[in-house]
Amino acid sequence: MLTKRIIPCLDIKDGRVVKGVKFVALRDAGDPADNAVVYDREGADEIVFLDITASSEHRSTLIDAVERTADAVFMPLTVGGGINELDDIKTLLRAGADKVSINTQAVLNPDFVKQASYRFGAQCIVVAIDAKRISASTEGGKSVAWEVYIYGGRKATGIDAVEWSQQMEHAGAGEILLTSIDRDGTKSGYDIELTAEITKRVGIPVIASGGAGNMEHFYEGFVRGGADACLAASLFHFRELSIKELKTYLQNKGVAIRPV
Amino acid sequence: MIVIVDYGMGNLRSVEKAIASIGASSVISNDPDAISKADKLVIPGVGAFGDCMNNIRAYGIEDAVKQFIAKGRPVIGICLGMQMLFEGGDENPGVKGLGLMKGSVKGFDHEQLAGKGLKIPHMGWNTVKQGKKSFLFEGIKDKSYFYFVHSYYPAPLEDVTIGTTDYGIDFTSVVQKDNVVATQFHPEKSQKNGLRLLSNFINYRG
Repeated sequence: MLTKRIIPCLDIKDGRVVKGVKFVALRDAGDPADNAVVYDREGADEIVFLDITASSEHRSTLIDAVERTADAVFMPLTVGGGINELDDIKTLLRAGADKVSINTQAVLNPDFVKQASYRFGAQCIVVAIDAKRISASTEGGKSVAWEVYIYGGRKATGIDAVEWSQQMEHAGAGEILLTSIDRDGTKSGYDIELTAEITKRVGIPVIASGGAGNMEHFYEGFVRGGADACLAASLFHFRELSIKELKTYLQNKGVAIRPV
Repeated sequence: MIVIVDYGMGNLRSVEKAIASIGASSVISNDPDAISKADKLVIPGVGAFGDCMNNIRAYGIEDAVKQFIAKGRPVIGICLGMQMLFEGGDENPGVKGLGLMKGSVKGFDHEQLAGKGLKIPHMGWNTVKQGKKSFLFEGIKDKSYFYFVHSYYPAPLEDVTIGTTDYGIDFTSVVQKDNVVATQFHPEKSQKNGLRLLSNFINYRG
């Protein structure tokens, strides 16, 4: 049986690992490749690097980190952040990434995901959706909806996140990395309503992200949210929770998990 | 020398580094001469079936690979490199595979899988049930986990299946025909079990 995945995420700036709270207040904590080796040993199912470097001049430090990571760990590696051209994808895949995560460029250029999927295969194209809760007025009264944000959560797009996820599936995304901006950094749990809504609407795997604060949040993400994978950054990064401990907990609760 | 066949597709670096981590060396090449002279071949592959086959033909290495296999030399196909060993497939119906194993490559049935709450692609860690003894499984427990990412799977029409995996249906995830072996999963991404499997291939004395 296919197992649910636990994915630690490393936020990377200028080739170094950081973790922001609500996308600000960064704390420096080490080398990406070294961190990846630790997660590999602890039984992570995949790893995600998210490059939050603002300028492109430090891009080579990310490529270097990807290369060194791919040389040392033999598990799937997804790299996102700053992907604007097909050549950016080629460079990352060549450096050893297995998948790339596309966010802002998917919105700015409607054909980008389609082209990337056609050229490199849907299996390596992850579309990252940063979604923020809005109250929408409908005929039946107020209902909840989510809006897609780009540029690291700084710019609203007016696009409905649920519709967007379906559009991206049709464009050729192989997976969706779904982050709740409201929950990111709060440790109050994944946005289960958002996750459930999107996992219900698309036929590709969905990674829940943003808000994991304890082991139960992962359980909720998988069971109530229907997520195929749950991602967390600071929780693992600052050793508040070990992957082994989390996996044992989920297994005991009956979730299909690859044992460590 | 182990040659990783380069036909312009896939993450060849990961395969090369995985082989290096188990103490062997390999070269990435699309030179028919290097392929003919290799001790062992690794055929990786990511992407679409049609593109891979078209590239193999465009690079002029189809014959070299076929002749290598005809001589009984050891080969491992990975993911699309496994699918290409068959006669053809649903993904690109007009494109012929290498045809070294009888059967075709089929797509997972969306409706059938959706009814079971399963997504396409089949992405993540799943178990391999070892149906037959093989050097490839040496030191690897039955039902060990490996990393998969694919939407198509081989449906052999001859007795080559040595491992199966359950994803809505039981599909063939490992095949062996004489000295040719192949896996639908990615051993180079399957941590300890994957490295052991690659090491079994590298150390195989056909």
